[in-house]
Amino acid sequence: MSAPVREGSRLSSPAPAAVPPRRRPRWPRLLVVAVLALVWVFPLYWMVVTALSSRSDLAAGRVGLLPTTLELDAFRRVLVDFPLLQWVSNSAAIAVVAVVITVAVDVLAGFVLAKHRFPGRSVVFFCIVATLMIPVQTLLVPQFDLVNDLGWINSYWAVIVPRSAEAFGVFLARQYFLSLPDELLEAAQLDGAGQLRTLVSIVLPLARPLVAVLVVMTFMYRWNEFAWPLVALRVPELYTLPVGLSFLQNQYTTDYPALMAGALLSALPVLVLFGLAQRQFVAGLARSGLR
Amino acid sequence: MSVAGVAAGRAAGRTRRPVRRWATSYALLAPALLLFGLFVLYPLVQAVRISLTDSTGIGEPEFTGLANYARMAGDPVFWRAAGNTGLLALVSVPTSVAAGFGIALLLREQLPARGLFRALFLAPYVLSGVVVAMAGRWIFDQNVGIVDRTLTALGLPAPDWQSSGTAAAVSVFVVLFWARTGLVVVLYLSALQGLDRDVLEAAELDGASRWQRVRHVSWPLLRPTTFFVVVLMVVEVFQTFDVVRVMTGGGPAGATEILVTYAYAQGFQARAEGYGSAIGVVVFAVILLATVLSWRAQRDAEEVA
Repeated sequence: MSAPVREGSRLSSPAPAAVPPRRRPRWPRLLVVAVLALVWVFPLYWMVVTALSSRSDLAAGRVGLLPTTLELDAFRRVLVDFPLLQWVSNSAAIAVVAVVITVAVDVLAGFVLAKHRFPGRSVVFFCIVATLMIPVQTLLVPQFDLVNDLGWINSYWAVIVPRSAEAFGVFLARQYFLSLPDELLEAAQLDGAGQLRTLVSIVLPLARPLVAVLVVMTFMYRWNEFAWPLVALRVPELYTLPVGLSFLQNQYTTDYPALMAGALLSALPVLVLFGLAQRQFVAGLARSGLR
Repeated sequence: MSVAGVAAGRAAGRTRRPVRRWATSYALLAPALLLFGLFVLYPLVQAVRISLTDSTGIGEPEFTGLANYARMAGDPVFWRAAGNTGLLALVSVPTSVAAGFGIALLLREQLPARGLFRALFLAPYVLSGVVVAMAGRWIFDQNVGIVDRTLTALGLPAPDWQSSGTAAAVSVFVVLFWARTGLVVVLYLSALQGLDRDVLEAAELDGASRWQRVRHVSWPLLRPTTFFVVVLMVVEVFQTFDVVRVMTGGGPAGATEILVTYAYAQGFQARAEGYGSAIGVVVFAVILLATVLSWRAQRDAEEVA
């Protein structure tokens, strides 16, 4: 099992090899990076300060780099005035179910496209990857008509099912399986009874690093998605967080503490996931660069 | 089992029951084929069909041939959106690539807490476009935003980010730069780690300065990465929707309207589904063309090299 583990770990960033000692001091570079990083995260910090301030202080310009007050009233306002918790649970339900379906489809398709030999393989793969270039907005009207005909408008399925066709995930899965040596997967390629069971017992354990990457990426995509849920979910009780937030922005317009409180609450889960699974995020994104 | 043995075994299996093996492959592919076929390819065909009609979503649409495409030619708002999209690509792709490459160089090995720094630069990228747009709108608010307050405090002119078209476009560009450059950093960082250390050390031993090593060794070696990053960024620019829609709504007076926001406004707000679809089809065609052309340019360059 040592070989597959090593292969699998290639999904995470490789450890830097030994480097000869350097003559230059590192602190100037560190200083530049630190200043840039501070500027980079300032907008996030400013969101927090704003959410903790009162409206009147903001309007009067009584706001400094440190919060003048530590009011939680803005959070109370969004939670009381709007079904924010309902939106959180909508987003969570959609994201979790979508992750399960999408990752299963990705792993299956990626494995077959990488390790099976059959006519039409390249065409299928090319067509799937080419869909990455179709703007979401090009398909909104016909997708809406289709999902409407299926009777799914204003249900979670309207968002979950059409988005389970995730070309990036299939691409990522195929690249991953290509990097695994055939010998490891030989048993899973034998035809005959129990093909699916062999897949589950042999391929899936080898694909754990891949699955971790696909889970975090798919969760992020579904949690953040805006255009399609905006079209497919037409009643406020069913909104996902991004759709709800844009609705909030139209209602509150300049109540920035409340707007920032809502935005922060919606950003928190994905930021926490990013903090916990940074390696998987980075691997998923970096992998997209290795053709 | 030896590699040759495995290969022979597989070949034998293939000649024995080829059709059955194909059937198994396609059976396992079925979920993906069904989902992509039904929810992507079929809607794409439908989008082209709708673009050839006067569909409004109500009543029976009539076939109007290429009328929607002809309408685009004489629609000043369309040309404005097309120009804005092109300008956004021309400005934001090179700036994100240059800044991302620069930050990646700063973050290369032997920097304390580089994992943390990498996370900080990438953080905006994992946020939804809606959250990013809301933060941008607040920071660039022309009455109480921190940018204008700071500029005023410094005695500098404070632009009207919401009511001036140019200023609004600049603010959208800055926000998109913030949201996307982290991805470029991560892509270059991972590529830099894959560079052949011996080549870089040889250049250093030959007396090449740090700048020369970057300019004449790393940068040329990273060509494939740069190519990929540029294609990715161009595709992202053409699909920019959330940030523009929520931050400016395409305003003021169409100053920040881009093609996909205009397609959405036509298809879903003006109920001109046919026209909106035609714009969407054009955007897809442009992305496809740009990708194919740059892929061929990259291939030719590799052949020369």
